[in-house]
Amino acid sequence: MLTILFDGVAYGMLLFVLAVGLSVTLGLMNFVNLAHGAFAMAGGYVTVLLMSRFGVPFLACLPLAFLAAALLGAVLERTLYRRLYDRPHLDHVLFSIGLVFMAVAATDYAMGSQQQNIRLPSWLSGRLDVMGVGIGRYRAFLIATCGVLVVALQFVLSRTRFGVRLRAAVDDRRVARGLGIPVDRVFAVTFAVGSGLAGLGGAMGAEILGLDPTFPLKFMIYFLIVVTVGGTAGLVGPFVAALVLGIADVAGKYYVPSLGAFVIYTLMIAILLVRPQGLFARAR
Amino acid sequence: MDVIRRGILLAAAATLVPSYAAGQGSDTVKVGLILPLTGPFASTGRQIEAAARLYMAQNGSTVAGRKIELIVKDDTGTPDITKRIAQEMVNDKIAVLAGFGLTPLALAVAPIATQAKVPEIVMAAGSSMITEASPFIVRTSFTVAQSAAPMAEWATKNGIRKVVTIVTDYAPGIDAEKAFSEPFVKAGGKVDNVRVPLRNPDFAPFLQRAADEKPDALFVFVPAGVGAQLMKQYVERGLDKSGVRLIGPGDVTDDDILNDMGDVAMGAITTQFYSAAHPSPENKAYVEAFKKANKGMRPNFMSVGGYDGMHLIYEALKKTNGSTDGEKLVDAMKSMSWTSPRGPISIDPATRDIVQNIYVRKVEKVGGELYNVEFATIPNVKDPVKAAVAK
Repeated sequence: MLTILFDGVAYGMLLFVLAVGLSVTLGLMNFVNLAHGAFAMAGGYVTVLLMSRFGVPFLACLPLAFLAAALLGAVLERTLYRRLYDRPHLDHVLFSIGLVFMAVAATDYAMGSQQQNIRLPSWLSGRLDVMGVGIGRYRAFLIATCGVLVVALQFVLSRTRFGVRLRAAVDDRRVARGLGIPVDRVFAVTFAVGSGLAGLGGAMGAEILGLDPTFPLKFMIYFLIVVTVGGTAGLVGPFVAALVLGIADVAGKYYVPSLGAFVIYTLMIAILLVRPQGLFARAR
Repeated sequence: MDVIRRGILLAAAATLVPSYAAGQGSDTVKVGLILPLTGPFASTGRQIEAAARLYMAQNGSTVAGRKIELIVKDDTGTPDITKRIAQEMVNDKIAVLAGFGLTPLALAVAPIATQAKVPEIVMAAGSSMITEASPFIVRTSFTVAQSAAPMAEWATKNGIRKVVTIVTDYAPGIDAEKAFSEPFVKAGGKVDNVRVPLRNPDFAPFLQRAADEKPDALFVFVPAGVGAQLMKQYVERGLDKSGVRLIGPGDVTDDDILNDMGDVAMGAITTQFYSAAHPSPENKAYVEAFKKANKGMRPNFMSVGGYDGMHLIYEALKKTNGSTDGEKLVDAMKSMSWTSPRGPISIDPATRDIVQNIYVRKVEKVGGELYNVEFATIPNVKDPVKAAVAK
């Protein structure tokens, strides 16, 4: 029972790291970025390449995956995304879904379509028994890392100058600009960090979720569920949503495996019926 | 509208093509190889194409005085595309259609093969019913049931009484589940069947459920690729240490990806028809030549389907003295038998399906690499599904 809860929390945490960037771009910057998963995939492939070709240890790969995806995000934001900020949402969707297909095809061409595997260091594999509860080491590592990330992100957003500027820029771009806030730069940094987090999630998720060129399409639906259920007002919403969905998914598959695949969708529908704006969002 | 158009096309093809195909006018014999070369099943396509080309490189491209021309097309694993390509090939006077990575792809072409009277050589797809879809289908790969059923026998003999099966919820997975569970239960074993959705990000809950039942073994069938994920989580959950054995048909420990799985795969026991470590001179020569021609890529079970499929086509042409009449070719293929890299095989004249040895193998380290090492043989296994109907 507790093992199930633990697995669910670990899975939820992973979902959160993967989706948080999307909730930032979607909720704060009001940009529908369906290509979010492509950045996660980039992070995953960076890790696989670094580990298998250059023998970089797993832990060192994680920040590199973050940086690579963030850099990719920054470049694309400067060259492509920013042109679309003021366009209608349909344009966002069409543009980013196109980007997804390009990413899938390009990865297939460059890396082949097979599943990529990473090999964890031995201290991260296996499991511990803590008071009768079996705990996978890697999942414990996931929870710890993601927990730290959540606190750090929340701190940055609510307590730092950058966070204040970002929230101001989102609330009213024109006024913020008038007050001398470099809205463009704030958005660029935010976008890059969001992409970087996706990359980090992809790198950490490769072990559990697998990694192949269709990754952005396969998991797009999960990201979107987390963001819709969580609401897009801040970080707490997606975080709680990711945890709830992670636990519900794992528990559902454990207790009723024949219906397991539907639990997450049923829950989403139920929550949205009660709170159409998401768990934590202000009503608009 | 589309249906009507297709119908007209098919009818046209049916009336026109046999006369072309039977005609001895041109000297080349076109063999159309339709494979998934991109997309999630590209590994299958790559292996089979490499094997077919290897066979032609080794045996020359002239048979019974006629030149063989291999035309390779990518269907991306989508039945509509497979069907369209097959239709175009038939219009282009193809003598033999071959390849077919997945069951729906093979089935999509069956009506075309029937109407155009062109042999359809299935080199990969593994559902039992495929050969029944057209009298022109001959299979050189395997059936899922054929490789899964012998596992029931082995497990019963080796003190395994309680098994949890974890299969992906799609046709081959359910085939494997049934092929294993029925004889196993009949022999007095206990089975709990768990099905995992095809798009499943995390195996944790299913494995935990299996672990809590404390079975003697876990029977696993999942598409190649996600097998690695499952194995890792099986070890992460400590199932290997608590004495739960991992068994299943050999798809999970596919030679193409086995090495990348790492040590988690060690000790897995599977039943299948081919291992790159099969100890025979034919196989040693095959593996060596295959690796040499493909930058060190290791041949897997799909590749021998392609290799033997080409052999079948060559031998049938020799028997018909170069005639490409579809019925004559299929007749020549029936009851043909030879020694393949995988061991002795033959084509069952009644079902046009392959009869072959199934080997029980264990993943071990050989010379620093992981291999499926065979340690027991169940000779001349027919497809159990069709065999049961025939009785």
